[in-house]
Amino acid sequence: MVFEPKILGFLCNWCSYAGADLAGVSRIQYPTNVRVIRVMCSGRVDPVFIAEAFMNGIDGVLVLGCHLGDCHYINGNYEAELKMKMLSKTLSMINFSDRVRLDWVSAAEGARFAQIVSDFTEHIRKLGPSPVKNKKVKKEIIDNLNAVKFALCDTRLRALVARQRELTTDGNVYGEIIPTEEFEEILDNAIENEIIRHKILEKIKNKGKSVPDIAKEIEIEPHKVLRHIVTLRARGLVDVDQINEEIPTFISIKEV
Amino acid sequence: MEKVGSVLVVGGGIAGIQASMDLADSGFKVYLTESSMSIGGVMSQLDKTFPTNDCSICILAPKLVAAGRHENITLLINTTLEKLDGNPGNFTVELLQKTLLLDQEKCTGCGVCAQECPVEAIDFFNEGLSNRSAISVKFPQAVPLVFSIDQELCIGCGFCKGVCKAKAIDYTLEDKFTTLNVGAIVLALGFDEYDPSLTQQYGYSKYLNVVTSIEFERILSASGPHLGLILRPSDGIIPRKIAFLQCVGSRDRKRGVEYCSSVCCMYTAKEAVIAKEHMEIIEPTIFSMDVRAVGKDFDKYIERAQDEYGIRYIRSRISDIKEIHETKDLLLHFENEEGKVVSEIFNLVVLAVGALPNHSTKELAKKLNIELNSYDFCKTKPFCPVETSREGIYVCGMISEPKDIPETVVEASAAAGAVSILLSDVRNTLITQKQLPKEIDTSGEPPRIGVFICHCGINIGGVVDVPEVVEYAIQLPDVIYAERNLYTCSADTQTNIKEQIKEKNLNRVIVASCTPRTHEPLFQATIREAGLNKYLFDLANIRDQCSWVHMHEPEAATEKAKDLVRMAVAKARKLVPLQEQQVEVIHKGMVIGGGVAGMTAALNLANQGFEVFLVEKSENLGGFSNNIYQTIENYDVQEFLKDLINKVNGHKLINVFLNARISSIGGYVCNFTTKITHGTDKQKKEFQHGIIIVATGAHEYQPKNSEFLFGKDKRVILQSELEKILFTEEEKINDLKSIVMIQCVGSRNEENPYCSRMCCSEAIKNALKAKEINPNLNITVLYRDIRTYGFKEKYYNLAREKGIIFLRFKDDKPPEIKLDNGKLGIYIDKPDIGNIKINADLVALSAGIVADGETNENLAKMLKVPINDDKFFLEAHVKLRPSDFATEGIFLCGTARGTATISESIAQAMSAASRATTILSKDILITEGIISKVDPALCIGCNRCAEVCNYGAIGVKYEEGLMISEVNPLLCKGCGDCAAECPAEAITMSHFGRIQIEPMITEAAKATVSDGQLRIVAFLCNWCSYAGADLAGVSRYQYPPNIRTIRVMCSGGIPKSFILQAFLNGADGVFVGGCHLGDCHYIAGNQDALRRTNEIENVLGSLGINPERFMRRWISASEGKLFAETITGFTEKLKKLGPIENDYKKKEIIIIE
Repeated sequence: MVFEPKILGFLCNWCSYAGADLAGVSRIQYPTNVRVIRVMCSGRVDPVFIAEAFMNGIDGVLVLGCHLGDCHYINGNYEAELKMKMLSKTLSMINFSDRVRLDWVSAAEGARFAQIVSDFTEHIRKLGPSPVKNKKVKKEIIDNLNAVKFALCDTRLRALVARQRELTTDGNVYGEIIPTEEFEEILDNAIENEIIRHKILEKIKNKGKSVPDIAKEIEIEPHKVLRHIVTLRARGLVDVDQINEEIPTFISIKEV
Repeated sequence: MEKVGSVLVVGGGIAGIQASMDLADSGFKVYLTESSMSIGGVMSQLDKTFPTNDCSICILAPKLVAAGRHENITLLINTTLEKLDGNPGNFTVELLQKTLLLDQEKCTGCGVCAQECPVEAIDFFNEGLSNRSAISVKFPQAVPLVFSIDQELCIGCGFCKGVCKAKAIDYTLEDKFTTLNVGAIVLALGFDEYDPSLTQQYGYSKYLNVVTSIEFERILSASGPHLGLILRPSDGIIPRKIAFLQCVGSRDRKRGVEYCSSVCCMYTAKEAVIAKEHMEIIEPTIFSMDVRAVGKDFDKYIERAQDEYGIRYIRSRISDIKEIHETKDLLLHFENEEGKVVSEIFNLVVLAVGALPNHSTKELAKKLNIELNSYDFCKTKPFCPVETSREGIYVCGMISEPKDIPETVVEASAAAGAVSILLSDVRNTLITQKQLPKEIDTSGEPPRIGVFICHCGINIGGVVDVPEVVEYAIQLPDVIYAERNLYTCSADTQTNIKEQIKEKNLNRVIVASCTPRTHEPLFQATIREAGLNKYLFDLANIRDQCSWVHMHEPEAATEKAKDLVRMAVAKARKLVPLQEQQVEVIHKGMVIGGGVAGMTAALNLANQGFEVFLVEKSENLGGFSNNIYQTIENYDVQEFLKDLINKVNGHKLINVFLNARISSIGGYVCNFTTKITHGTDKQKKEFQHGIIIVATGAHEYQPKNSEFLFGKDKRVILQSELEKILFTEEEKINDLKSIVMIQCVGSRNEENPYCSRMCCSEAIKNALKAKEINPNLNITVLYRDIRTYGFKEKYYNLAREKGIIFLRFKDDKPPEIKLDNGKLGIYIDKPDIGNIKINADLVALSAGIVADGETNENLAKMLKVPINDDKFFLEAHVKLRPSDFATEGIFLCGTARGTATISESIAQAMSAASRATTILSKDILITEGIISKVDPALCIGCNRCAEVCNYGAIGVKYEEGLMISEVNPLLCKGCGDCAAECPAEAITMSHFGRIQIEPMITEAAKATVSDGQLRIVAFLCNWCSYAGADLAGVSRYQYPPNIRTIRVMCSGGIPKSFILQAFLNGADGVFVGGCHLGDCHYIAGNQDALRRTNEIENVLGSLGINPERFMRRWISASEGKLFAETITGFTEKLKKLGPIENDYKKKEIIIIE
């Protein structure tokens, strides 16, 4: 049996959604796998939406907006580009980045829309079903997606992405332009740290674990795990669970 | 050129702070510059301090606040000294203040910016063990409490500016140069820790589990990265076996550090003890060459570390460490006592890093044109320990030599004293005294209260519904006016408060905002400016102890804020104006003891224009120094002494009384009256003076019962006798072949369980001298530890180079002397090489220093000051008040305090004189406003108040046949211990008395808590537990909102009735928090609290109240986490017990109110 992936499409109202309409008017045929959610702008697509889509068993996500320069809201699609870049970085840490695609479709490009949907459907078909559906690895994957979701909620990370374009093109409060590579390094570090921290939090959600045990589970060196535990304790997200002899275990505390 | 009455102090560590405080209190304007973002220095990073295990931040933070608020100290943070011109008495200095990118005046230190900053950076305060933001404050108790932007890390995103409601952030601010005119300069740059990564020594920075002692200090700290858990860096496991390695970057000529860093032996012992105290399973081992416990009570500490805590000492210097790859444990090879090389695995290694000169010392010395010594520390001379090579520039603390905190504090006061002499003509010329309006007489008026409620940006307003609290406040009894402010502490609100006082005729003011510990003085000053007595003010802490700790429960936090305001109103209604008494100061001093310390102190006072009465027991001046000829650095003591005696005798302001005996000392600070007899004909003399300096000295131990044949064989002499021969009859040395010196005679034994500090250096000095006279002489020194601390190590090295032999004997196997055919034979048992016999022509016994017990005991009784077990006088605080007695106006210096070298005695004498000057320089001394008062009609004369008072401030006097207790307002510190003790309730503690606190308890017990929650009334001492609760807030540690806190000055000031009343008024639980035992700000008030609360616990049962409902905990200012956890735990416990009514149901009882 051929695998029929479930694909979610976020389409901007002014270009891509209109393009999809045009495909209809023109009776251009494309696979039935895609379900469309209309948004006003591709910049509106919060990366958290996509993480949630995957958690709900979606196999692939398409985000389509106006061509760069054509945004109905001046530069919303540039923001979308940065957001998706960050999302793709976070997803690549849990091997999910292949299941998202950002592309541009104008109101006049009905055929292009159909083509993109067909290609993406084929691409996902080849990748196979989302591991979320695999009962054997489900818990692990959900934990990881949860970690990604919470990391994407982190205000510091969001703040960095929100200011990225301004800081790397227009200049910061001191009138300096930060080189893109330099900024991306900061961002990459921040992403990595947040994902690891949330991975840790997922692992110790209901059961206290020691640093070496956490390290083994998430495959990161124990001294780095300890460092993150320090940060998480300072943020009031983790507490000591028990101290058995010389081994303290840590547990995540839910916000009151 | 005219002199200028202001001083520049460079460096804001404990030395700089102490020097600044002394100078500012002695009538000089002080500019205190600090290169980092807060004053406090290394001491603020320490967890505990030896030998008392005092919590470091608990004792330091009040000093920081006092320095920060002193009207004659201007703090300049992020500032360096760039250029100097001019002459002593009138220098021009150029300062560079690097921009903070933030307006220091506007920043309220609320910390919202740091929470929003998207950039994570390393926290250097925690020695890189945790992270912080690119905008940050150095540590939670920083002074000034302002944030700053790290320009290296900032990406300029602008978020901080966006969230700063105080509009403090300004990215356009630039570095600023300032030029100042000052009369003198005090340098207190401190030190740098030796960085073992430079040489990769011991695998530091390569092996994860090798840390430095200062990193370990942060690991230990309750406010450090692990919040008090001891976790090793590699895997977050508690290291069972910790090895402490001494002398890393000290006593190591190979790595270019010849000298001893003086403090490492003790801080290592402390770290080992604290580690053990934290976690019983830890087994510390200390590897050291010598254990140099030279300070007062240090040896006892080392002994306790070994005997009580089971800390293992191994005498070995580790040469190399190997990491075991899989476990990250560390393998150490060392030589054991038997001389065998063994290896052992440890889970963590702590390197006791030494002290290097501060990185900026060299550059600054060049700018200021002052000389450094060969180690790049600032050069000073033994007889002038705080003077640099350039007149008008003084030093104190680690800048001149490694030393511990008390010595640093001594030198800081000494440097202030030296400045005080230089600038005594221009004293009081540049200090400002605020012109205040006359106080409004509010007596007889009903209370008219104004309440000002602070949003603190979003810090309070984001959680607590401030408008609702305002509405609530306005309808409370006697509240005339209530308003809310974005920032109540901002300058425009201060103006507004003053206007409202005038317009609405307010006679009480309440601010509901942050913590009184930092902000009460500000608001008190404001209402005083409006003409109100400053004690007609109260502060409700709705931020640090409400909105910050109940962030996720806005409704409960709002209810709590209302309760806190209602409690403050209840108190404010009962507040009364307090008058600070003014007492005239007699500008004269008495110095007891005419040795080097006493004479130096007298001369220092006289040189500032104060008349001195110098009282000496013997028939001549000079004391023990008459027996010393040279210092180890080859300075001539006798010449110095002669000169000093001449100066003292020749000074017209010094009255010397020889052969003197003190008959009586009456009066108190500002106005003592002393009667003495003096001279061979026992003339009587009476004089009045404002202060007393105790400098009674000590003497050499006299071996008893022919110890080491002393007194039996003439060839066995004391070290001081040898010194006399060496310097006056050196020909006697020429015929000798062998001298043996025996160390620790009459020291570090059962009779005198302390180190005499100077004997090692004395022996080495004499050995070097003897070798110089007769190079063929064989000299052997038999020792337990060679304690040539600091730069004296150089002479130990020199002695070994010259062929002087040093042989160690074990503590329990002292050498023996036997006569062998009339020859002296010295036998020593060495476990590694067996028994040794040494023949000697002469044996010199290094006899220790002992206090004159009888003299000191008598004097202590007369002065009502304490002495320790070894009969030395006991200072007010061993760490931070080394020259003061707890009793105001009496000071201490020299060997009367404990063993000390001449140089150290001089520094102490200058320090004592400087401390005395803070009183003598004033015409009028203003007493504390918050003191105890006795109602003579109620007093039953039982004298229990005097028994609990640690300051000798209260006691029973006979008056017309009645025994009535009396408070001396000059001595009272306002802890309230006497009032809590008084069985007749005759003593009233002002401001925190029954009359104010009881209504607060009533209101606190009526707290509005949500269903199922139980009410806790907590009494917290101002200095530790209340500060700990504040820290919980600053760190945002959440705990249940059912606690209502009443701040008291000391846990010892809580009468038992308070606790009972809280229960009777409906509290479900009562909590008492104080400083840890031994840490009390009022010396030992918490001991009394312990006794009283124990008594309460015992009676609760008989009242039908489950004693589990009462909790007492000692919580320090650094234990924010512990406070939150304790309250959470207590709440849980109470939940199990249910509301207090449950207890009453069980048992029918009659409550007698």
